[in-house]
Amino acid sequence: MTTSTPRTLFEKVWQQHVVTEPAGEPTILYIDLQLVHEVTSPQAFEGLRLANRPLRHPERHVATVDHNVPTTSVHDRLVITDQIADAQIKALRKNCADYGIELFDVQDAEQGIVHMIGPELGLTKPGMTIVCGDSHTSTHGAFGALAFGIGTSEVEHVMATQTLPQDKPKTFRITVDGELPPGVTAKDIILDIIGRIGTDGATGHVIEYAGSAIRALSMEGRMTICNMSIEAGARAGMIAPDATTFAYLKGRRFSPGTKNYELSSFAKGGGSASPADTIDEATWNLAVEQWSALVTDTNATFDRELAIDASTLAPSVTWGTSPGMVTTIDATVPSLADARSEADQKSFSRAYEYMDLKPGTPIEAIKVDAVFLGSCTNGRIEDLRAAAKVVDGYHVATTVRAMVVPGSQAVKHQAEQEGLDRIFKSAGFEWREPGCSMCLGMNPDILQPGERCASTSNRNFEGRQGRGGRTHLLSPAMAAAAAITGHFTDIRTWKFNK
Amino acid sequence: MRPINTLTSTAAPLPLPNIDTDQIIPKQFLKRIERTGYENFLFYDWRRLQEGPDAGQPNPTFVLNKPEYKGAEILLAERNFGCGSSREHAAWAINQYGFRAVIAPSFADIFFSNAGKNGIILVRLTNAEVETLIQRSTANPQHKLTISLEDQTVTDAEGFHATFDIDPFRKHCLLNGLDDIGLTLLHEDKLNAYESNHQKEFWLSPKANIA
Ligand code: SF4
Repeated sequence: MTTSTPRTLFEKVWQQHVVTEPAGEPTILYIDLQLVHEVTSPQAFEGLRLANRPLRHPERHVATVDHNVPTTSVHDRLVITDQIADAQIKALRKNCADYGIELFDVQDAEQGIVHMIGPELGLTKPGMTIVCGDSHTSTHGAFGALAFGIGTSEVEHVMATQTLPQDKPKTFRITVDGELPPGVTAKDIILDIIGRIGTDGATGHVIEYAGSAIRALSMEGRMTICNMSIEAGARAGMIAPDATTFAYLKGRRFSPGTKNYELSSFAKGGGSASPADTIDEATWNLAVEQWSALVTDTNATFDRELAIDASTLAPSVTWGTSPGMVTTIDATVPSLADARSEADQKSFSRAYEYMDLKPGTPIEAIKVDAVFLGSCTNGRIEDLRAAAKVVDGYHVATTVRAMVVPGSQAVKHQAEQEGLDRIFKSAGFEWREPGCSMCLGMNPDILQPGERCASTSNRNFEGRQGRGGRTHLLSPAMAAAAAITGHFTDIRTWKFNK
Repeated sequence: MRPINTLTSTAAPLPLPNIDTDQIIPKQFLKRIERTGYENFLFYDWRRLQEGPDAGQPNPTFVLNKPEYKGAEILLAERNFGCGSSREHAAWAINQYGFRAVIAPSFADIFFSNAGKNGIILVRLTNAEVETLIQRSTANPQHKLTISLEDQTVTDAEGFHATFDIDPFRKHCLLNGLDDIGLTLLHEDKLNAYESNHQKEFWLSPKANIA
């Protein structure tokens, strides 16, 4: 097919999913996949029941439990004492059974944070539209999918119609060119972007991340970036699929061409490939051919553009109570004069107080009480490898409690195969079961009032990890270093033991 | 949603302005996982005695506890009904209790939209008209009102006749029992056509493996 107007990646995916554009009403957009978890789904199912409506496409829905699942021990997951969590998880089981939705339950090999398992299972694919009642659905955009979070009534809408009425968002390309300096990661790129454009900087837009520094990232790194698009206010984030994307997807359980999938190979490969002889190459190649068209045409235009030189970036740490309050490890807590507006000055003042920090304090001088390694932002195998490399041969500072919560069963299994769990445990980290855990301060994974946490998650709002808790966002390697020294530490000068 | 055209029913008078959603449904019921079963929580605190030796027991003077108002499908209230928090639970509770319409001089915005999503008819009449209806239903609990959505009128057997305004799109939705989902399903032929083609695009299916 030839088309005269050059189109962006977003426009291609959007147009392929337009069911109809009724005059004077929003576009009706087809949704390829809805991911379901225990917290935002119960009332959507109930709404279906109430209206006596069928769920249109059970095979386009996949569910797991993540937000409320205890991560302390297998036993605690099987006998959940928190009554609200227990009720929500039981409701999800019943709803999935009633409506014929595949559920990956607490102890299934495929269980994990909803945004981890979509890619791991190969459910997430280039060019798809994906929704979930969770704002970090933007993660799946790393594969060139259009993926965004929705509210409970919209969840019900998708269950009933497999569509959503949507107004077309604007487009915003962020091009990151050049080579990342050692010690600088995908997390630092996205924190830097949020710091530049602000937490509402991309409101109403879908961001496309482009440029050589993005192309050079692994799928894990790309997911970290797309995940936090929402922290920049964006509706979604996308990265065009390429050889890295295809290599990641090939042979995954639900990828095109995969046949006779054995669960044992899922566990073995950290959720990845089935043996090569069980892939129908012709089918796979056809899919790759289709996906390869999903790139922004030369001369396509965006509503906004921003260019960043990767070689100028440094490891980032947030100092305040919004992801936009971020600086680099070698800097100091900004002063009021650094605030961009009067409103920002007010929130700076409030943040100094809440975070108990004074402007001018060197970031490296800030001590931490807790370290959390995990979440859908940085709970992947590559993140755990990077952190383990830092930790190896050291011990957690006596003043720090540190935990690793793998994002999924597959990641946990893979890490254990590689011996990462032993490195963490002998360094004094807790090694947990998979789930959201301290990302959202789920009991008992919670900060005490006044406690300061170095966290690889995505939100540092007041009280996010527990009432009065103080959260600093950073990369996995930086979090690991802080756990060892007891204060923020520049990973670029770290002495690795191995 | 059930389509609705005319509704003839007795009415329960609640002669207060600014009835907020916290009163309609208190916050402790927001933790539930269900969308149904809110009928017993409607006006939870008002339905119970708040003090004295019988605290917690039904308050016999509250209109919904009076047997003569059982089965009323119309609620009468004063201005700014449904103000406060955005909780859709308020509309669920009103609907599930059995009210199909609320008549008041004005409604809060978010409640207005939530009620629409749940198929509740909201009728705006003048202060004087609402006053008259409240008096008649208070004096005679068996007093019946008829709301005609098609004609946009409220009438009774004693010669009361009032007209009300309603957005044509919302009227269309109520008459045809369409909620947002229903509206989308109006395009079902287009959806079916889209799907029959789209299902072939296996590279965009969640489960594209060879089972
Ligand atoms: S890990 Fe955190 S951000 Fe991600 S889905 Fe869970 S609660 Fe949400």
